[in-house]
Amino acid sequence: MVEHSASGAGSSKKSLNMIAVNHISKTYNGGAVKAVNDVSFTVDRGELFGLIGPDGAGKSSIFRMLTTLLLPDSGTATVNGYNIVTNYQQIRSSVGYMPGRFSLYQDLSIEENLHFFATLFNTTVEENYHLIADIYVQIAPFKKRRAGKLSGGMKQKLALCCALIHKPTVLFLDEPTTGVDPVSRKEFWEMLGRLKRQGITIVVSTPYMDEASLCDRIALIQQGKILSVDTPQQIIAAYPDQLYAVKAADMLRLVQILPTFRPSVNSYLFGEYIHVDALDINGDGLKDDLIRFLDAEGFKGIEVIPISPTIEDCFIKMLTS
Amino acid sequence: MKTIKFLLQKEFKQIFRNKAILVLIMVMPIVQLIILPLAADYEVKNINLSVVDQDHSPYSRQLISTITASGYFRLQGYHPSIQEAYPLIEQDKSDLILEIPQGFERNLIREGKQQLYIAVNAINGTKAGLGGAYLTRIIRDYNQDVRMEWIPPTRFQASPAIEIVSSNRFNPLLNYQFFMVPGILAILLTMVGGFLSALNIVKEKEIGTIEQINVTPIKKHHFILGKLIPFWVLGNVVFTLGLLVSWLVYGIFLQGNLLAMYCFIWVFLFAILGFGLLISTYTDTQQQAMFIMFFFMMVFILMGGLFTTIESMPGWAKMISRLNPVSYLITVMRMIILKGSGWIDILPHMGIMLLFSGILNGWAIWNYRKTS
Repeated sequence: MVEHSASGAGSSKKSLNMIAVNHISKTYNGGAVKAVNDVSFTVDRGELFGLIGPDGAGKSSIFRMLTTLLLPDSGTATVNGYNIVTNYQQIRSSVGYMPGRFSLYQDLSIEENLHFFATLFNTTVEENYHLIADIYVQIAPFKKRRAGKLSGGMKQKLALCCALIHKPTVLFLDEPTTGVDPVSRKEFWEMLGRLKRQGITIVVSTPYMDEASLCDRIALIQQGKILSVDTPQQIIAAYPDQLYAVKAADMLRLVQILPTFRPSVNSYLFGEYIHVDALDINGDGLKDDLIRFLDAEGFKGIEVIPISPTIEDCFIKMLTS
Repeated sequence: MKTIKFLLQKEFKQIFRNKAILVLIMVMPIVQLIILPLAADYEVKNINLSVVDQDHSPYSRQLISTITASGYFRLQGYHPSIQEAYPLIEQDKSDLILEIPQGFERNLIREGKQQLYIAVNAINGTKAGLGGAYLTRIIRDYNQDVRMEWIPPTRFQASPAIEIVSSNRFNPLLNYQFFMVPGILAILLTMVGGFLSALNIVKEKEIGTIEQINVTPIKKHHFILGKLIPFWVLGNVVFTLGLLVSWLVYGIFLQGNLLAMYCFIWVFLFAILGFGLLISTYTDTQQQAMFIMFFFMMVFILMGGLFTTIESMPGWAKMISRLNPVSYLITVMRMIILKGSGWIDILPHMGIMLLFSGILNGWAIWNYRKTS
């Protein structure tokens, strides 16, 4: 008995998983909307974990539950060994949360926002300046400017600084790059990489599939359910079929004609190509068949290239199968 | 304490950066206190009087000139018959018709009595009631004068008559401003405190900053106190400005204990701010908070005893006004400012107000949840 209780107390410190989510569910409107449906996953210490899914998949609800802002209907979860329902106070002082919507005080300056949030966490900007230094120097020239008057990218950096200022063990970033230009998005992910090297566990959600490959592990979410949790490489490697990128002069007609090629073949527009999934058919044979088929239909400039799938292809595959 | 200090710093910075609100807080009370008491006049003047004089005697002319000289009435015109004067009441051109019958003077002297007919337009209740009363009183005084003329002084002394001499305590000249100014100041204080606090937390909900606050380890009561204290300070500023205006403009000087007045205001502000916060914890948008606050404001003001006395309300309304913090404020302000009451007199009101502020704030803190 003594041994048991001792291990119970110690587990909160030694547990390997930074976050453990156990069958949590959350419904809205009295059960009419199932936002999160029996979700389980774990996040290791020091990991950069991505929740990937379209809008309305339930990503924000999961974040709000893990940051103690929302109570789950059922299931349990721990963050840094603390239960999200019973030990919410410890979680609040040890996690950093950046909501999807910019939610700092627009009428306070950069500097004032940062000092304010540092004080709420009983710390000072000076004490943890090393954590935010390389982000803060980029917005420091504007430190007297009100937060409401900053550009989108700068707001993002300020919000990240405020979420980091109390040296959190876990950082929750809810769609940090939504509505941010491609250059700032790239910069932002570089910043996350540096934070990860400082030993901070990061959970990030994004609707952008191309950002998934930058995570250590990802969870693909659709309609409140997790489709798969793995490393991006593993998810891609697990793709069962050969994928082709098809292109021709008349793309519009190509989109319409491809579904009539073979019933077992799945095709969808992907950038300037159409991705064609061979499903159960042997790869090489399909390529020749397809070229012959399109030739017969009178297409010009036909290109059929075997490609390796992206995360988005994997996601589409999971949704259709 | 450090957290509170920083919360206060932040709130004050935000208030001082919102120039429009700041100007409103400072200018609104002064302007309203200068304009409203002058306009909201309880005295009824300019009552339109139509006269149907069928006697055309020296006595009837004397009566009419006595009435018009009183200053309350404006002579609308003379009419040959009541039938012709009556449509004027229907058209709202006349408020009162006085009919002097034929043979007024003769009968008064010969028979010692005569009847007059007064028709009152009662659409506007106050005007009708007061107008009728003024006219009756003037006619009675006129009657006294006539009696003095005709009855020998010795006999007059002997006839039993009750003369009423009233003296208005605390407001000898019945200056309605003495009555209105403290009441309006009380309402201004309620509005500034109630609305500002009701809109504040809701604003944080609307902008989303509350999310960021809620994930911090900040204590609930720290957060609420950080919201209360700045508006409490502002409320004191507004009250002080209001006292200065009523002294400089209306010459109303505090008759009672200044410290007792301020102590009561301090407790009242906590109560009304707590009420605002309570509403803001139940609402999600500023619009909702505004409407709910407005509803309560109407009840507070109309049932607060400023425009109609609580004593003359029906029983159920009296019960409601007992739950109205503003009614206590209006009462106490009149007590201290006009009557010169001290600590002991306001002690019961103070106790009730302490109860109000305790319950409302406790409720607000309890209902402010950091988790949904």
